[in-house]
Amino acid sequence: MEILVCVRRVPDTSENEIELNSEGSDIQRDDLVYSVNEPDNYAVEEALQIRDKVGGNVTVVTVGGEDDEEVLRRELAMGANRAILLSDPAFDGSDGRGIAKIVKHWADKEHYDLILTGVQADDSAAQVGGMLAAMLDLPFASLVNSIEVDGRKLKVAREIEGGNKEVNEIDLPCVLSIQTGINEPRYVGMRGIRQVASVDIPTLGISELGIAPEKVGKGAAEVKRTDYFVPAQAQGAEILHGSREQNARTVVEMVAAKGGVR
Amino acid sequence: MNHIFVYVLQRAGVVDESTEELLEAARAIDATQPLTAILTGFGTELQTACESLRSSFAEIWKVSNPGLAYPNAELVRQALVTVLPAKSILLVSHNHFGIDLSPGLSIRLNCPYAPDVVSIDELREHTLWFVRQEFGGQINAHYQCDLSSGAVVNVRPGAFKAGPSGVLDGVILEKSLPPETLNARRRYLETLVAETGDVDITKHSILVSVGRGIQEKDNISIAEELAEALGAAVSCSRPVVDAKWLAKSRQVGSSGKTVKPKVYLACGISGAFQHLAGIKGKPFLIAINKNPKAPIFQIADIGIVDDLLEFLPELTNKAREMRSVAAR
Repeated sequence: MEILVCVRRVPDTSENEIELNSEGSDIQRDDLVYSVNEPDNYAVEEALQIRDKVGGNVTVVTVGGEDDEEVLRRELAMGANRAILLSDPAFDGSDGRGIAKIVKHWADKEHYDLILTGVQADDSAAQVGGMLAAMLDLPFASLVNSIEVDGRKLKVAREIEGGNKEVNEIDLPCVLSIQTGINEPRYVGMRGIRQVASVDIPTLGISELGIAPEKVGKGAAEVKRTDYFVPAQAQGAEILHGSREQNARTVVEMVAAKGGVR
Repeated sequence: MNHIFVYVLQRAGVVDESTEELLEAARAIDATQPLTAILTGFGTELQTACESLRSSFAEIWKVSNPGLAYPNAELVRQALVTVLPAKSILLVSHNHFGIDLSPGLSIRLNCPYAPDVVSIDELREHTLWFVRQEFGGQINAHYQCDLSSGAVVNVRPGAFKAGPSGVLDGVILEKSLPPETLNARRRYLETLVAETGDVDITKHSILVSVGRGIQEKDNISIAEELAEALGAAVSCSRPVVDAKWLAKSRQVGSSGKTVKPKVYLACGISGAFQHLAGIKGKPFLIAINKNPKAPIFQIADIGIVDDLLEFLPELTNKAREMRSVAAR
């Protein structure tokens, strides 16, 4: 099975306090800890497990710049067979449709049986996988949290409300967006990343991909972010400023007043 | 002006709880336009769902087909592409179904897609101004989108408050699909219902709920000891289940359990909306987090900015002291 996994490098929101720059045009990106978008990492692990069961190759792809090579190397160290960087100044400012279009042009150059994305990235839009499927005229399922291969079909479960699972059969080739928790991604150490430090990562730009410049980038974006802002503070929590011990005492008294600690 | 439609998800004749919120979002785009609901399904279930909307919508478009009996987004998308007029604005809930349906629908309709919209500022000329949240809810962003070619707008569940109930007497319009419209390359098989697990967190009045901030599996015992001392149960947010530190049955959120405790201690939980969607009944919410910018502090009653692994054991000690005093 030939599998393509779309990944993205994002600021790690669990490790960072996100602050705005003074103009509100972007977040302050200096000193941010970046990592591979978490659902994308689960998608790569799932692809590797499928490949190891049924054979084939796993290609990881990202749209970005030189800095984004680090996440591709990380996924190569996990065991991906090949990594591709789609990079061109003309891609800057692309919206979700633009990104999907760029990846579509790569997918058209090759043959993939299965294309995986993470369910969403740092903008929580959850859009590129579904758009890519429609552009390639392939069936799609989102929020996938289990996959079984059955010849030219897959049995996939989708996460729906209440922790329930919706089980579907889907024909190959198809596009799936992968939810976190589907597997346990393998650990990658510095040593593993060093071992793939010299692996060549082909980079393709707008002309190699054959994309018309007016179809991607800032000019083509239909959905445009105009600025970032910090929401007006709601009432908000009353923050306890006592010592640790005082705070603990206050909290226990509050919980007791509500019927706990008996 | 573009025709505004609300896609109303129905299952077994019951319309989704997001319907009233979508109606409010549609009013926020254009308060003057009579609104149209569009529903897909089959048989008496679909008819029942359509009837239930007559007081809220001026028109209800009923798209009936045996293939649409279960809301399979792949088939619903094909039906909507066939039925919707050009340049429509379609509102959809950004839930498990809307995430499945809408991105591809916007491509097929050749119109923009506005995902996970949390508020709508205004429609000025042909441009819609709206707000989204990014970076795990830590930062908001203003967005704009040209509606000249229509749009698919996915609205975050819970972001719009339901308005007053309707007094309309809407008409139901049958919209037939040409044969062979639906091509099922993805087929619904069955729904697996989640297991309750060893502890039913929906039955507890006090929850000690742990998130990513608990850091590792061995630290779960810190929360368990606190829960024991407080007379509480341990619940959690999604990353803890993803990491297999606690069972899925302990997860609070839109893809986990809906809980209604009196007291909710959010320990190292950032406060993603998917998690908050599982907390109902306005419990007394105490948030403990080392990040003072964590969104959970926006909605908590009491906040403590501290290291969980230090603070929780201190809480346990204090609770035990109080118990032993009470026992004397």
